[in-house]
Amino acid sequence: MADAVDQIFVTLKHWLVGFFPEALQPVVSALLSIIPILSVFPFLFGIATVLERKGLGRIQNRYGPNRVGIPLTNIRLCGFGQFVADGLKILTKEDVVPRSADKLVHFLAPVMLVVPILLAYAVLPVGRNMVPVDLDAGILFFFAVGSATELAVFMAGWSSHNKYSLLGAMRAIAQMISYELPLVVSSVTVVMMAGTLSLPQIVAAQSGWLWGWLPAWNVFTPWGCTGFILFVIAAIAESNRTPFDLPEAESEIIAGYFTEYSGFKFALFFLGEYLGMFAVSGLAITLFLGGWQAPLPWLTFIPSWAWFFLKLFGFIAFYIWLRGTLPRLRTDQLMNFAWKFLLPMTLINIVAAAVWFYSRHWAVPGGLAGRWILCAALVAVPYLLFGRAFERTVPKRVYRYAT
Amino acid sequence: MSLVFFILAAVTLAGAAGAMSLRRPVHCALSLVLSLVGLAGLFLRLGAQFVGFAQVLVYVGAVAILVVFAILLTNNAEIIGRSSTVSSGWLAGLGIAVAVFVSLAAAMARSSALNRPASPPPTASVRDLGTRLMGEYILPLEVLGLLLTATMIGAVVIALHERRAK
Amino acid sequence: MVDGKEQRLMLAPNSILCPPSSIHAVNMSPLHQYLILSALLFCIGLAGALTRRNAIIVLIGVELMLNAANLNFIAFWRYGPNPEAQTGLLFAMFSIAVAAAEAAVGLALIIAIYRHYKTTNLDKVDGLKG
Repeated sequence: MADAVDQIFVTLKHWLVGFFPEALQPVVSALLSIIPILSVFPFLFGIATVLERKGLGRIQNRYGPNRVGIPLTNIRLCGFGQFVADGLKILTKEDVVPRSADKLVHFLAPVMLVVPILLAYAVLPVGRNMVPVDLDAGILFFFAVGSATELAVFMAGWSSHNKYSLLGAMRAIAQMISYELPLVVSSVTVVMMAGTLSLPQIVAAQSGWLWGWLPAWNVFTPWGCTGFILFVIAAIAESNRTPFDLPEAESEIIAGYFTEYSGFKFALFFLGEYLGMFAVSGLAITLFLGGWQAPLPWLTFIPSWAWFFLKLFGFIAFYIWLRGTLPRLRTDQLMNFAWKFLLPMTLINIVAAAVWFYSRHWAVPGGLAGRWILCAALVAVPYLLFGRAFERTVPKRVYRYAT
Repeated sequence: MSLVFFILAAVTLAGAAGAMSLRRPVHCALSLVLSLVGLAGLFLRLGAQFVGFAQVLVYVGAVAILVVFAILLTNNAEIIGRSSTVSSGWLAGLGIAVAVFVSLAAAMARSSALNRPASPPPTASVRDLGTRLMGEYILPLEVLGLLLTATMIGAVVIALHERRAK
Repeated sequence: MVDGKEQRLMLAPNSILCPPSSIHAVNMSPLHQYLILSALLFCIGLAGALTRRNAIIVLIGVELMLNAANLNFIAFWRYGPNPEAQTGLLFAMFSIAVAAAEAAVGLALIIAIYRHYKTTNLDKVDGLKG
C-alpha cells in the first residue's frame, strides 16, 4: 500500500502515456515530466514568498501578511493567498524600459535567467524512479546550466544603461563565480565516494541504515558533514541570499542589476532567484541528505516524494531564519571568505574523504569512532588555524556605553 | 538529413556570423555565446555528453564572462561612433577566409573516406573517460593542471595595476 | 557579409571544385555534414580574426576557430574507425581546457595593452613596426 502511494505519480504517468500512439509517446512522456516541474516549483515559490514574509515578520516581532485568503470570500487562510494577489499586481504593472537601454538584451535577460534554472530541475531525483531524465553526467549538467545564469545577470546590468546596475551586475557576477568553486569542489567529494556523476545512483549509494537506526547518508560522515556545511554556505551565496545579498540590497545599491526592471520581468528575476535556491537545495538534499530516502526504517510508509519536499521545506525555513538573523557581508569580506577560507577548506575536505575511504582497511585504534575522530581532526585543525588567521586582520571591538 | 541538425547548425552559424560582424563588442560576445550553445547541442547530438556539458560549463560559464569583463574593462562598450569596425586590409582577410573554405570543401568532397556508412552510436560512459584520464592520459592531465596554474598566476600578474614607483 | 559569399561559392555548379554528388546536400554522409559545418565555422572565425580591428573581437574569432576544430574531433570520434578508444573526446576536452587558459591570458594582455595605449584598436598598436 505504501509502495503504491510512493509510485502513484509514476503509474499515473505510464497510464496517461498509454493513451497515445507509439510515435507520439516519447513527446508525451517528456511533456508529462515537464508539466509537473513547471507547476509545482513556481507554486512552491509562491508559498515560499508568503512563508518568508511571515517568518521574517515573526522574527522581527510583528505579524507578516495575514489578511489575503481566498478572494471574494471572508476566508483568510492566514494570509496564504498573498502570493496570488502579488502575482496579479505585478502582472498588471506598467513595463518601463529606459529609453537608452538596449531593448533586445534588456528583454532577453530575465528569460535567460529562468530557462537554465528550469533546465536544472530535469536531473533532480524527486522521488523513487521519479527523475525526469537520468543523465550519465547529471551533476555536470546541473553545474553547467547553473553557470549560464551569470551571463543573464550581466545582460541585465549592462543593458539597463545605468551605472548602478552595471556595478551591481559586476559585483553579483564576481560573487557568483567565486562561490561556484567551493560549490563544485565540495560536491566532488560526494562524486569521489559514490563513483558516479549520475544523481539517482548517488541517492542509491546512500541507502541503508547502520545499526538499524543511523541512515547511511553522506551528512553523517566527517567529510560529508563538512562538505554539506560548505555546500550550503556556497549555495546561499550563489543564490544571492542574505548574508550574501549585497548585489541586490536596497540600502546599498538600489536593487543592483534589476533596478531598471518593472512588472513581469522583475517577477521573472525574483522567480529565477527563488527557483535557483530550490534547485541548489534539491541538489544538496540529493548529494548529502540521502535524496528521497526516509531517515528511519519505520518511517518508510511516508512516500519518497513527500520526504524530498519535507527536506526542501526544512531548507527554506533555514534560509528564512538566516535572512532574519544575520547581517550582510561587505563585498571584500565576501570575496575573502570564498577564496581564502571556503576554497582551501573544500580542498582539505577532499583529502579527508580520501583518508576516510582508505582507512576502512587500516587498524585504526577505536574502530569507527577512531576513523571519525581522525577525519574530523583533519578538517577541524585547519578550520581553527584559518579562523585564528582571519581574527588577526580584524581589530578588537571597542564597546562604548552611554553612562 | 535531420531537422535537429539543421536547426542547431543554423543557430551556430548565425551566432558565429553575428559574433564577427556586429558593431558593439558586447553584442559580439553575446552572439558568441549563442554559437557556443549551438555547438554544445551538436556535441550532445553526437553522443559526447561529457564534452557537451563541459563546453557549456567552461566556455559559456567562464570564457564568455572573461570576454565580457575584458570588454567592460577596456571601456569599449560606449564607442559606436563613425569609425569603421574593420581594418584597412579587410578584403584580403575575407579573400583568405573564402580560399581556405574552398580548399577545405574541395578536399572533403574528393575524399572517399567520408562516405563510410553511419556506425551505431558508441557508448561513452563517464566512468570510462575517468579511468582513461587517470590511466593512460595521466601525464597530459598533470601537465594541464600545471598549465592552468601558470595561466592563472600569469593572467593576474599581467592584468594587475602597475605600482607607481616612488 | 562573410556568410553570404561562402554560401554562394558552395552552391556554384563548378565541376572542378566539387563533383555533382555533393551539391545536393541529401547525399552527404553525416560525417561530411559535420565537417562542412566545422569548416564554415572555422572560416567565419578566420575572416573575423583577419578583418576586425578590435583586439577582443579578434580573440573571439580565435575561440570560434578552436571550437570548429573541437567539432571536427568529436565528429571523427563518432563516425570514425575506433570510437572505443575515446581519443577524439579526450582531445576535445584538453582543447577546451587549453582554450580557456589561452583566453584568460589573451584577455589579460589586451587589458594591459589598453592601459598603456589607451586603445584596443589593433591598427594603432604598431610600435614595433619597422
